[in-house]
Amino acid sequence: MNPAIRTNNLTFAYKDKPVLDGVSLSVESGEMVGILGPNGSGKTTLLKVFSAVLTGQGEVKLNGRSIKTYGKRELSRLFAVVPQENPIHFPYTVAEIVLMGRASYHSPLALEGKKDLEVARTSMELTDSLSFSDRYLHELSGGEKQRVIIARALAQEPQILLLDEPSAFLDLKHQVQIFELMRRLNREHDLTIVAALHDLNLAALFFPRLVMLRDGRIYRDGSPKEVLTEETIEEIYGIKVRVEPDASNERPQIFICSPL
Amino acid sequence: MILVNGCLFLLLILSALGCSLLGPVPLDFVRAFENIFSPDPSAEILFRTRLPRVLLGVAIGGGMAACGVVLQALLRNPLACPQMLGVSGGASLGGILGLIFFPHWLLPIAGGLLGEISWVPLTAFLGALLSMVLIYRFSLFHGRLHPYHLLLSGVIFNSFIAAVIMFLNSIVDFYQAQGLLFWLMGSLSTRAYLTVGFIWIYIVIGFLWLWTKGLSLNLITLGEEAAMQLGVETGALQRQIFVASSLMIGAMVSVSGMIGFVGLMIPHVMRLIVGSDHRLLLPASFLAGGIFLCWADTLARILLAPAELPVGIITAFFGGPFFLFLLYREGTKKLAL
Repeated sequence: MNPAIRTNNLTFAYKDKPVLDGVSLSVESGEMVGILGPNGSGKTTLLKVFSAVLTGQGEVKLNGRSIKTYGKRELSRLFAVVPQENPIHFPYTVAEIVLMGRASYHSPLALEGKKDLEVARTSMELTDSLSFSDRYLHELSGGEKQRVIIARALAQEPQILLLDEPSAFLDLKHQVQIFELMRRLNREHDLTIVAALHDLNLAALFFPRLVMLRDGRIYRDGSPKEVLTEETIEEIYGIKVRVEPDASNERPQIFICSPL
Repeated sequence: MILVNGCLFLLLILSALGCSLLGPVPLDFVRAFENIFSPDPSAEILFRTRLPRVLLGVAIGGGMAACGVVLQALLRNPLACPQMLGVSGGASLGGILGLIFFPHWLLPIAGGLLGEISWVPLTAFLGALLSMVLIYRFSLFHGRLHPYHLLLSGVIFNSFIAAVIMFLNSIVDFYQAQGLLFWLMGSLSTRAYLTVGFIWIYIVIGFLWLWTKGLSLNLITLGEEAAMQLGVETGALQRQIFVASSLMIGAMVSVSGMIGFVGLMIPHVMRLIVGSDHRLLLPASFLAGGIFLCWADTLARILLAPAELPVGIITAFFGGPFFLFLLYREGTKKLAL
């Protein structure tokens, strides 16, 4: 079977500033991959190239087919994206936002059908957002809003879910909730998940495979134990840390030493 | 939702009827109908003077409101409307250039059998399209639209266009200048049914075209990237909306000059009533815009009767304070960029 996503020597530059510089990455169907790296290392750009918002140089294949052969509608049934920021200026209710995920399934001239309503309902149930489906999005807290955006992504019934720092503005409890949700979707609903992440410790706890980017290149690719070492982190972030294994010895946790 | 649109439709019909009957000269409704095809002052006023004017008002009010809705969605800016962005200004300039340079160029319809229409709507359409593309380009930085840049570009573009128009106004002869000035103030003076019919055709085509984009408009309010990721070909959508709304704005400006604020106020009020789903918001705004302009024009006709005010003055009296109120509210809400 072809990998869900495969890139070969992918490069991308904004004007003349290179952001991705020869990324060759393969994500199998059903995998859960965390993309790490400092600010400006190309995490967001990589996700945008995957969802065809940006077009890079080099090959990107989805399920063995070049990304260029996909139309936007078809692509939106394969990929769903949870962006970093969701500025919404217009008063939409939660249900309306989630139903927008169904746009590429029904005719642009029709209202949503029964199937669309069902899928939207299931998506809201999965993300615990059904209870406030009638409220306006701008009235919600950050954590609730993020769950709604994830519900919208699930309503697209995608094969692959791309998330860009899904827990960036959330408190600890909601961060953990979002990570648990990602894991559940991956395990129970067979979603391939690729997420750009900032929090190394949470990434290590929940993601079996981590890819560390540096200056648009893949610096390390492997299990948390392989990627999150004291040397790698000092090399990449310039911070001295102590890495301690957890009970299973699979999920290292990081403690900051310098500049203390 | 269908109920809301149905009620609005009914209200529009009643308004059109009511406004046709209201005016400085009292009308005998029954007599007008009895003499519909024979010379009679009541019939003359009702069917040749007021009704075409009311029909024109409905088309223009509805068209302006619909254009306001789509521009606000496309630009993700609740303060956008054809006039504020300078698109009406661009259309006016195009129209004026048409009036000055090709006043006698007429496009024969069906080989001249159905009469002739002027080129002015076409030049106004080109003016609207060009200014829309320009303003859009100038407000786009690194692929992002900045709401305040957009308004500022619009304001500056408007003053520039106004200067060009004043310049043109001062080089043409006195009679032309008088005509231009009245046209610019925005008036719905009585037109022949043929003209009204053509304006309706432009507006209905433009409106239906935009209406088919209702779902995509919902998605584009989430931002361009989000819309793409939800399956919208955003580039094609933008181009189509630019062309369709320019078509409408060009047609409207070419007969009635700049009637402002309808495209700003009506979409806001309707959003409060029917919500932000453009598949329903668009027709509701069209109907409400028709109702509003219909009554505004009736006020313009009877306030200083027998003299007549340009309807643009009435809409500005309502719209100016409304715009300030919105700006204030957006300010306190801290417009998220």
